[in-house]
Amino acid sequence: MGIYALRRLLISIPLLLVITAIIFTLLQFTPGDPLDAYIPPDQVVTAEQRAIIRHELGLDQPKAVQYARWLQHAVQGDLGYRIKNGEPVAAEIARRLPPTLLLMGAGMGLGVVLGVLFGVMAAVRRYTALDNVLTVFAFLGISTPAFLAGLLGLYVFALKLKWFPAGGYQTPGDGGVLDILSHLALPALILSVTYVAVLMRYTRSSILEVIHQDYVRTASAKGVAYPRVVSKHVLRNALIPVVTVIGANVANLIGGAVFLESIFSWPGTGQLYLDAIDARDYPMIMGTTLVLAGTILLANLITDLMYGLIDPRIRYT
Amino acid sequence: MRLPMTTAAPAPTAVRTPARMATTRFLRHRLAVAGLVLLGLIVLLVVFGPAASRFTPEQIDLLARNQPPGAIHWLGTDQTGRDIFARTLSAGRVSLLVGLLSTLISVVVGTTLGALAGYFGGWVDNLIMRFVDVVMTFPSIIVLLTLAAIVGPGIDKTILIIGLLGWPLACRLVRAKLLSVRELEFIAAATALGAPDRRILLKHALPNVVDVLVVFVSLGVASAILLEAGLSFLGLGVQPPQASWGNLLTAARELTVLEAYPWQWMPAGALIVLTVLATNFVGDGLRDALDPKAKA
Repeated sequence: MGIYALRRLLISIPLLLVITAIIFTLLQFTPGDPLDAYIPPDQVVTAEQRAIIRHELGLDQPKAVQYARWLQHAVQGDLGYRIKNGEPVAAEIARRLPPTLLLMGAGMGLGVVLGVLFGVMAAVRRYTALDNVLTVFAFLGISTPAFLAGLLGLYVFALKLKWFPAGGYQTPGDGGVLDILSHLALPALILSVTYVAVLMRYTRSSILEVIHQDYVRTASAKGVAYPRVVSKHVLRNALIPVVTVIGANVANLIGGAVFLESIFSWPGTGQLYLDAIDARDYPMIMGTTLVLAGTILLANLITDLMYGLIDPRIRYT
Repeated sequence: MRLPMTTAAPAPTAVRTPARMATTRFLRHRLAVAGLVLLGLIVLLVVFGPAASRFTPEQIDLLARNQPPGAIHWLGTDQTGRDIFARTLSAGRVSLLVGLLSTLISVVVGTTLGALAGYFGGWVDNLIMRFVDVVMTFPSIIVLLTLAAIVGPGIDKTILIIGLLGWPLACRLVRAKLLSVRELEFIAAATALGAPDRRILLKHALPNVVDVLVVFVSLGVASAILLEAGLSFLGLGVQPPQASWGNLLTAARELTVLEAYPWQWMPAGALIVLTVLATNFVGDGLRDALDPKAKA
């Protein structure tokens, strides 16, 4: 297990390097002088000073050297300055990260709980009306992009039924835990829809594969009650492949969060990223891309590790 | 969802060609047939519908702004008095076109690389597949948005970006198929007869990947349509005045439009969901029909 974890960790490092290299290459194609990304705009600099700074920053060096320097800065948490207001990119991202993690965590948690629950229900009551209803829901969930689900949810549940506030993170002047939760509920639920749909399908088919195994029949024959057979004997083995699916869908989750943050005015990294794209704020685009991509890689890594942990048969080869 | 098919008793009469067997299996898949019918209707609507409309999609009428659906404007009008019915259908042409063309790019790139990797194996295979691994681990939506922000909006760029991010899956499928095909006797026979690699690959091996590609295309088109909608929704894909399903939804980013003029964004939203749903059903049915051993 230790070696497996270590090798898995070592593999994701070059991957992150490749992604940073691509981000860096893209940065070169953006219009404007890259030097501007390093100078706070409120500072007045003469052409002479610019040349000195350019030399100090190594922008007159070959691209490969520049990349190494950029990487060195990025590793130390220095992602440059925003074009918009000259604030350091990294500090702004750090400020906006907690709401995003909250939204993603809630969406993922809801998705896993509801997805597995519905999956079990569909499998236990297979080929019944309930199974069919859940199947149709799953297909609808997979076919509806997060932003469309977001628009519909906002329209129906916030604007028409007025069950939830129409966006935002908290009511000005309030900001208590309950207040934040009431703002969180709708976007988190909508974010979880795709997750629920995908997990439900996998849980269902995975359970149906396990449920006819001999050891399940043995458990029933010993007189173990059906709910206990499902929860203790079937589920434990059936959920192993489901864990992979949880990890594989983190990228979709982050993509969905980006759209939903914009629709629900949720002040997170996703909205920051979209605002940066709108404003062509390149240092911020690169910074948020790096952080979001890094989050996805990290989530994939954690899933792989968990997979190795819960299934002792997995050995990295 | 699907019954484990107890291999049906062989039909006593008709000759059982693989194509006929696949067709039978596909037709038995009720959701897939329903999806095919729905998809056909949508395509017909999008292709011939605009001719039935009295308005062109870009015809502005400032005296008829934000009209609700009615006898003149069947689905109402938008903020500048353009007919929603005409715009939604014309948008459908663009969205379907982007979906098809970008999937085509994915197929061409993926098949070429997958065929090279699967047929030649060895270091070629290693090199290509490691590259595929890297591309597949990319957080595609984030890379997609960032790329689109850098190259700028436009139909051609949207098609290119979506196509160039979608090929790795096609590459994997084609490679896997070719790995098994190249061990078969008829390939050995062709080699023994002295056929050059190029001929064996193109004439003997590649025709066998058609079935995996058919499945890839149906599922690829569905995801490409979703990606186009997402990009255009954010203003990074197809640009107005040319309508696409995604950019018709952009109007709904304003709360007033979202709440007061639902007819301006709901038709496009409904068509996205229905098209993707139908395409997914068809893809599912094709997968079961062409590869009965494969699990869902």
